[in-house]
Amino acid sequence: MSSTEQPVTPTNDSPDFKAVPDFEVAPGMQRHLADARVNVELDTGDMIINLGPQHPATHGTLRLVVRLDGERVIAADPVIGYMHRGYEKLTEFRTYPQVTTLINRIDWLSSFANEVPFVHAAEQLMEIEAPPRAQYIRTALTELSRIATFLLFLGEMGLQVGALTPAFYGFRDREHVLNLIESATGGRFHPNFNRIGGLKDDLPWGWIAETRNVMKIVLDACDVFEDLVLGNEIFQARTRSVGIIPGELGASYGVSGSNLRASGVDWDLRRDGAPYLAYPELDFEVFTHPDGDSFARYWVRLQETRESARMVLQLLDKMPSGPIMAKVARIIKVPAGESWVETENPLGQMGYYVVSKGGTGPFRVKIRSASFSNVSILPWMLRGVYVPDVVTILASLYFILGDIDR
Amino acid sequence: MGLADSGMLQKPVAKPLTWLLNYSRKYSLWMFQWGLACCAIEMGAALASPRYDMMRIGVIPFPASPRQADLIVISGTVTDKMAPAIRRLYEQMPDPKYVISMGSCANCGGPYWDSYSVTKGIDQILPVDVYVPGCPPRPEALIQAVVMLQEQIQNEGIGNDDMRKRWNGEPINVV
Repeated sequence: MSSTEQPVTPTNDSPDFKAVPDFEVAPGMQRHLADARVNVELDTGDMIINLGPQHPATHGTLRLVVRLDGERVIAADPVIGYMHRGYEKLTEFRTYPQVTTLINRIDWLSSFANEVPFVHAAEQLMEIEAPPRAQYIRTALTELSRIATFLLFLGEMGLQVGALTPAFYGFRDREHVLNLIESATGGRFHPNFNRIGGLKDDLPWGWIAETRNVMKIVLDACDVFEDLVLGNEIFQARTRSVGIIPGELGASYGVSGSNLRASGVDWDLRRDGAPYLAYPELDFEVFTHPDGDSFARYWVRLQETRESARMVLQLLDKMPSGPIMAKVARIIKVPAGESWVETENPLGQMGYYVVSKGGTGPFRVKIRSASFSNVSILPWMLRGVYVPDVVTILASLYFILGDIDR
Repeated sequence: MGLADSGMLQKPVAKPLTWLLNYSRKYSLWMFQWGLACCAIEMGAALASPRYDMMRIGVIPFPASPRQADLIVISGTVTDKMAPAIRRLYEQMPDPKYVISMGSCANCGGPYWDSYSVTKGIDQILPVDVYVPGCPPRPEALIQAVVMLQEQIQNEGIGNDDMRKRWNGEPINVV
């Protein structure tokens, strides 16, 4: 992959118009590319189709304007904003505890992981720190929400390449994890469990034993997905060498998280970033895959699900006792200042830049969400792929619309 | 020329026939899923997960287009940018059609009640039959909503005014 510039949508009138842009293609694809060139010489017209905003493959309301030459995509233009709810403006009218409620719903699959960086940013400004037990419970719940998110991905990805069974398996195993989150926090989906300075409640009686059982279920489920999906010949044919992101190019577009690790970039904020939660005390592995294709993204997420389950088991063994809430005034006023906290969300790098002017609510919150940067590479990736592969690539990038539009 | 042509009946229908028609209609609801936000995942759980499995109560969740659907579930935040598309697809559905508004956002704007870009309530653009409260509602709540809708369909008269209004595309009030 040589060219790293922003792709320019080609038009027919320019003299050096090429229906299929020049880039290195996977072996076996040259013949198809030659076919596409012949089509241009025969002056076949382009077709423009709208994928979305209501389309099952877009996981919500992403709209893709795709320009086709036969079966091959010439240019794809993502149109976002169908789920824009004005988060950054709304945070200016909320108090800090109310903002926590709101930001649960940015990335709705891993709500708990969304709360953590914001609460950390506020805690940094107030110069308090949550007690160790609260940090451990936060870490465990973050990893549980990561498992829930990825289990859904492992099933959905099968669905997008035409296999219905993995989707049922994914939903089935995800319910166990959601039950754990619900019994600890009271919310199945949007826990709103973090408080500035700690947590709302301690863990319920018997939660730790129950979690151990569920982690066994999750580890078994990972084995099932490995056999059922990863080892499947059809799945490999649909995903191998499809939608390749070169590592450097991905990093320059701001792609983060598992998508970047699947391109061979060994970068995980849990290990490499500023230390947060209980991650420095955990022993875990960061998985990378050299290929950068859809298959690699599936493989990395599968390994990370397994690793997260192991991390939860470690956390349960090391769980300290003690209080779960630091001493915080009843009405939270954050002193003036600015802070930036970034964490490794299930979808990638999630950061909050909080500016406070000393009131009960933030003056300004800049949200850096993972999916927005992850889909920004779509116009580059989708050039020259077939229409069915568009669906596979969208599914393997795994974005959440709320995380894109906010 | 069916039994009920363009919403108007030529002559009154016998009660057993009405019962039979409604009975068959309520157990073959083709549900068009308009998954928008968080609620879409819960709707997916209600449809696809073995724990809830909504197909067992006669909801068929995979129509290829709104033209084959009887029921539309608006699940999630409706933004002003999305609202025209929703209205257009609703108009493509054949009569009689039903709407379930799932979640606080679709009901009234929910946590985005003061946002500049969110439509506060889908009932501004569609006639809603059942509102499901919650943020997001549990899958059981959506199943309950469908069961309530089925009760309503069973009690509908075919020739009465409510039905005529519905088939003309006017909203009716559900108590």
